[in-house]
Amino acid sequence: MKTLWAALAGALFGVGLIISGMTQPGKVIGFLDVAGAWDPTLAFVMGGAIAVHAPLRWWVRRRERPILDEDFHEPQTQAINAPLILGAALFGIGWGLSGFCPGPAITSVATSTEALVFCAAGAVGMLIYGLGRRLLASEP
Amino acid sequence: MMIGGRDMDIDAAIMAAIGGAIIGLAASLLLLGLGKVAGISGISARIFTGDERYWRAAFVIGLVVAGVIANMRFPAQFANTTGIGMTQLIAAGLLVGFGTRLGSGCTSGHGVCGLSRASKRSLTATMAFMLSGGAAVYISQHLLGGGS
Repeated sequence: MKTLWAALAGALFGVGLIISGMTQPGKVIGFLDVAGAWDPTLAFVMGGAIAVHAPLRWWVRRRERPILDEDFHEPQTQAINAPLILGAALFGIGWGLSGFCPGPAITSVATSTEALVFCAAGAVGMLIYGLGRRLLASEP
Repeated sequence: MMIGGRDMDIDAAIMAAIGGAIIGLAASLLLLGLGKVAGISGISARIFTGDERYWRAAFVIGLVVAGVIANMRFPAQFANTTGIGMTQLIAAGLLVGFGTRLGSGCTSGHGVCGLSRASKRSLTATMAFMLSGGAAVYISQHLLGGGS
């Protein structure tokens, strides 16, 4: 049941990404291209998403628990630290260099060679992070 | 409609907002059903780590299938006009994969879900990736001459 719900949520999320134009990397770069021909589209996407999710989220959280799970699993940490900022900065660079972030890239993975290459590299990047963490954790 | 001194396509703005609203709805549904945050980088990373991988794999498959079906009817929605070459894409992917893990999120996790919770942590992260994204585009498009 959870699996089906998740699949439908993912499909709907993908539909939203596609309708919004975020699966066109040129639009993303156009938004980030503040010095060039600026394309504000992404602001409308994020604005629309937050305008819907913020109130719905508040309403959902009034429940004791989700429909198919015992608890809600939103992040509890409030920490604003170096990994957060550095990680976000690195992510942003990759985003600006490609026009892809994880959602649109995965949605396009079977329809775009660029997205496929990006996702493969992304998986490797995640793997490198995981290995790095384990290496650092095992340091005496 | 003029925004920032430039001509804005009203239709594109409306589609953007509608698409965004659907994204927000999808995120809300994931929270309602499974109590989980629709942070795509986290969802996809944890498929590999094995942390509740089945619903996560199902979510990702949902994204991919939506893409495949939409592409049959609306291939223009997947057009890539950037001219960015494979080397730059690979570098970008590595940075995004590594950075989203280190920073615990991306545009969906921090930008949509985190900001919707008024999380200062996500606001900080969002500002950081917007700034670095803008800088990366400025350097690669204006100083180094565009896609390679």
